[in-house]
Amino acid sequence: MTDRIVIVGGGSGGTITANRLAEELEPEIEAGEVEITIVSDNPNHLYKPLYLYVPFGEATLEDTKRPLVDLVDRRVNLVFEHVTEIDTDGKQLAMANGEAMDYDYLVVATGAIPEPEETPGLGEDEPGHHFYGPDAATELREALANFDEGHLVLSVIGTPHVCPAAPVEFPMIADQWFRERGVREDIEITYTYPIQRLHGVRPTAEWMVPRFEERDIQTKTFFNVDNVEDGTIETLEGKELDFDMMIGVPEFTAASIIEEAGLGEEWMEVDRNTLESEHAEDVYGIGDVTNLPTSKAGSVAHYASGTLVSRLSSEVRGQTPTETFHGKTICFIEAGTEEGTFIEFAYDREPVVRDENRFLHWSKLGYNEAYWLTARGVM
Amino acid sequence: MSETDIQADVTVDAIGSACPGPLMDLIGKIKDVDDGTVVELLTGDEGSKNDVPEWVEEANHELLDIVDEGEHWAIYVKKT
Repeated sequence: MTDRIVIVGGGSGGTITANRLAEELEPEIEAGEVEITIVSDNPNHLYKPLYLYVPFGEATLEDTKRPLVDLVDRRVNLVFEHVTEIDTDGKQLAMANGEAMDYDYLVVATGAIPEPEETPGLGEDEPGHHFYGPDAATELREALANFDEGHLVLSVIGTPHVCPAAPVEFPMIADQWFRERGVREDIEITYTYPIQRLHGVRPTAEWMVPRFEERDIQTKTFFNVDNVEDGTIETLEGKELDFDMMIGVPEFTAASIIEEAGLGEEWMEVDRNTLESEHAEDVYGIGDVTNLPTSKAGSVAHYASGTLVSRLSSEVRGQTPTETFHGKTICFIEAGTEEGTFIEFAYDREPVVRDENRFLHWSKLGYNEAYWLTARGVM
Repeated sequence: MSETDIQADVTVDAIGSACPGPLMDLIGKIKDVDDGTVVELLTGDEGSKNDVPEWVEEANHELLDIVDEGEHWAIYVKKT
């Protein structure tokens, strides 16, 4: 009998897990005992952290994507179809083409989806920009290229959001980018955050304060954007802030099939150490779709995939799984266009944010290229 | 442990959610409900005891009570 492992989603979590499983379970696959399939509605794998660089002309949309067929191990089946339903009792997926797919083990890796439309005035062809998608990042690139005076506001609207460092990086890159273009003194920059400090991760918030002051980046806290009208942001707290360019970090959500399948009310609810679904047998979650109490960062999917592959391989072999995940997370943080730093933390360990330097900036740029090896399960 | 007579209209269960999760979960709920609604926030994050009252004051809502339930806290907020 063949064990069918089906992975829904071809982003970081799904692709890395599939490639590592193919390597780990090679003997079982060769013997016809295991079959691994990725079902993805996108034939391309997207490296979304690069969207941060698109508005500044430092990356193109082509840089952000590679065909899944070029990244995924040849021992993994690829099915390009949209999954419309997960039946965890019958262990079966329904797909948009009307076909069904049975599984013995399911890995859900459907990611987090930006919802700019949840904030009136935010999104494409609206006064408020964002950079969490190809079209939005391209639109913002054009707007920034033509912006040489006025008030730029970056507002974090929803948490949790993907790429937790991006809102920290954007104003600092913008500051230096405007200086290099000779227009910084004609541009005021303001950063806003929903709670009483500048970032949810406390040490990151503390690191930001002197750096934003040095760069003359204004800040506003307890600032929950309610709507973005032409030229004015209104908040839940009754505040108003005028802008000439507004960039919002939108709310994010899980795919609707998660709630419909009973896998979680908001995010997919998993055990934070085993990654097993809290609601269904033989179902695992990985990456941004989960409710893991850490950041929605690619590094979390990367590190968690090691645990998931180990546990799933043990299950397939009839052994007791032993490996557990403890929330390891790493995020690079750009502090402008020439220096950077990084933070590393876990469920029970807060990060220490070191001073930024040129080496870590170049490390981040280097990793943006090396990422494709991570997706292949190589590093 | 303590008790309260406050009857909540809706409950936001943010137990297990790390900071700033509980406060953001509360803000999201307050955004959706009508004025006068009493929201109960269940949180295991001790920082919520300070964060939530600060935001409630900033946003001009009403903090009704903070109840220590042993393993977690129940914070009652009325939208005004």
